[in-house]
Amino acid sequence: MGTGAETVVRTSEPPRLRVARRAREVYGRREILLNLVRKELKVKYTASVLGAVWSLLNPVVFLAVFSFVVKITHNSMPDFPVYLLSGLLAWNLFSTSLSTGARSVIDNSNLVKKVAFPHEILPLSSVGVALVDFVLQSSVLLVFILVSGHGLHVPELALYPLAFITLAVFTIAMTYWLSALNVRYRDIQHLLNLGLLVWFWFTPIVYQGHLVQSALQGRTVLGLRLWDLFLVNPLTPIVLGFQRALYANVQPVPGSPAVLPTVSLAWLAGVMAIVLVASLAFLLYTWRKFFDMSGDFAEEL
Amino acid sequence: MNVAIEVEDVSKKFRLFRERPTSLKQRLLTSRSRAEDFWALHDVSFDVREGGTLGLIGHNGSGKTTILKIIAGILRPTSGTVRQRGRLAALLELGAGFHPELTGRENVYLNASFLGLSRKETDSAYEAIVEFAELEEFMDNQVKFYSSGMLVRLGFAVAVHVDPEVLLIDEVLAVGDEAFQAKCLERIRRFQQDGRTIVLVTHALDTVRAICDRAVMLHHGQVHAFGAPDDVVREMRYVLLGQVDESFVPEEGTREVEIEAVDFVYADGSGNGPLLRDDPLAIQVDVRTKEPVADLDVDFAILDGATNHVVLDARTSRSGIDIARFDGKKRVSFRVSSFPYDAGKYWVTVGLTSRDSGRLYHVQTQRYLFEVVDAPRIQERVDVPVEVEVEDL
Repeated sequence: MGTGAETVVRTSEPPRLRVARRAREVYGRREILLNLVRKELKVKYTASVLGAVWSLLNPVVFLAVFSFVVKITHNSMPDFPVYLLSGLLAWNLFSTSLSTGARSVIDNSNLVKKVAFPHEILPLSSVGVALVDFVLQSSVLLVFILVSGHGLHVPELALYPLAFITLAVFTIAMTYWLSALNVRYRDIQHLLNLGLLVWFWFTPIVYQGHLVQSALQGRTVLGLRLWDLFLVNPLTPIVLGFQRALYANVQPVPGSPAVLPTVSLAWLAGVMAIVLVASLAFLLYTWRKFFDMSGDFAEEL
Repeated sequence: MNVAIEVEDVSKKFRLFRERPTSLKQRLLTSRSRAEDFWALHDVSFDVREGGTLGLIGHNGSGKTTILKIIAGILRPTSGTVRQRGRLAALLELGAGFHPELTGRENVYLNASFLGLSRKETDSAYEAIVEFAELEEFMDNQVKFYSSGMLVRLGFAVAVHVDPEVLLIDEVLAVGDEAFQAKCLERIRRFQQDGRTIVLVTHALDTVRAICDRAVMLHHGQVHAFGAPDDVVREMRYVLLGQVDESFVPEEGTREVEIEAVDFVYADGSGNGPLLRDDPLAIQVDVRTKEPVADLDVDFAILDGATNHVVLDARTSRSGIDIARFDGKKRVSFRVSSFPYDAGKYWVTVGLTSRDSGRLYHVQTQRYLFEVVDAPRIQERVDVPVEVEVEDL
């Protein structure tokens, strides 16, 4: 027995986070992650007749209502529902992950106090649940895009993977951070709801990115270019990426104002790449923070 | 022999907050001095060899669960080191992670994944788990409709079907009905035969004696005794009475003949629970020789638990019985027609000695405990007739 078994040493020193090794550890316990996601989905839709259909119904109703509203208000923007949902679904993934993820460690304190497992799995499972909804709702959007005749635009679509990966990395980083902080400061979850509300309106989801661009471009405050400042919000380039990939039409009606910022694909990809690199660095920071604090979770709860 | 778990000078400090600051405002306004330090463990050291079974005993709050959680990696020691080899599973609570909305079946998979089983491994163990839990008809019901007994059975069933090299068990044997407990113990014995390492926290001292090969007693966060289970359990019993004997002598003797069992028999024929004052009491000592013994003298002494003074004793030779040379088993019964002493706890020391020399064959000092209830106070030693009988077995 135990020949070749690794010796685990536990001391007062919090072990240093070795990302590759830790990632392997988390991957090795992925069964827990899958089961927790399954559990959350089951609990969420249990005792409801339609179950996961509710998740699909949400964007369907959205699309129906907005198609209708656009028809009767003679909105000048073509395919407004596609524009709205391409950004909104990304935002929903982000905000749902954060608000459930922030509570994930506390909500599972019985597990944290009684079972040894990599605690990263808890915030990750919140992201996982949000991701399942995201995939379901995105498939509704995809069907709508194809059926409505909006269609997929090939070069723009190439931005989608980059936007998605950047969103995932940034979301996970934020969720790690908030879930760990929330163990010590329970204010976080309340603060978060307010913060997300403000954040939502600072991101061009409902309104058009080009409006902001034309209003801010060329203007400076204290030597800072306002348009660049607007892009500092990581969600902005991410959402712009999703919109460019799915809605694709920068200026759908020739002669009328553009909808999306008038930037080249390469420029947008470049900005997203910068956000991705920064998000990875941020993830490294929050993961380390989470890892250091997670050793005390069982005591703090 | 390889060491599976090595605990070296482990201390653990908890911060106790009278009112725990859990918000920013409180944290800013609360001075740190309101937190008190509490040392749950103090320089605790012991080890468990591979394939060994260690019993961890101690009062509530003595630090048993804390050290178990440190070994499992749930808590971090404040100082000291724990080294642990091999795949570990910790059962700190049966069914930790059971979710009431999920079915029994789904909970089996969820629970098993926490204990380190993959989906495939759970698939192949599933039938056995359900059979062990005896819950075949209920697996598709939501767990919220289960009785607590059913939950316990399902939790343990999952737990014993994980395949760890090191198993930590906290107090989980205390639950369930007797038949199920026996089943669990049988399972643990099988783990032992498979050469797995087990650390068992329990209040059941008899369980420790029955299945552990080593024991640690924690007292106020320190290792109070570490060694053979019988010795540690005896020490535990001293402490239970608040009578810590520093000059504690372990079980001793040359063991040509050994005490095999000591049983207390009350008026109703049982030996369970407390003895009524003035009721008859019989102490049966079963002995077994390793080689023929010609000069065996069997004695017992009953000590008042509060004072540690002998209140009653007897000896075969003193009663005019000389046990002749024999090889094999004998039962010596000391029958007290009535036990007149004050209510309280009493220790019993049993000894096998040589009539001819000063040799101690086997002496168990204050190894056994019984309780007497409801009695007027009799403080002097009184003459109580003792009837002695020896029979061949």
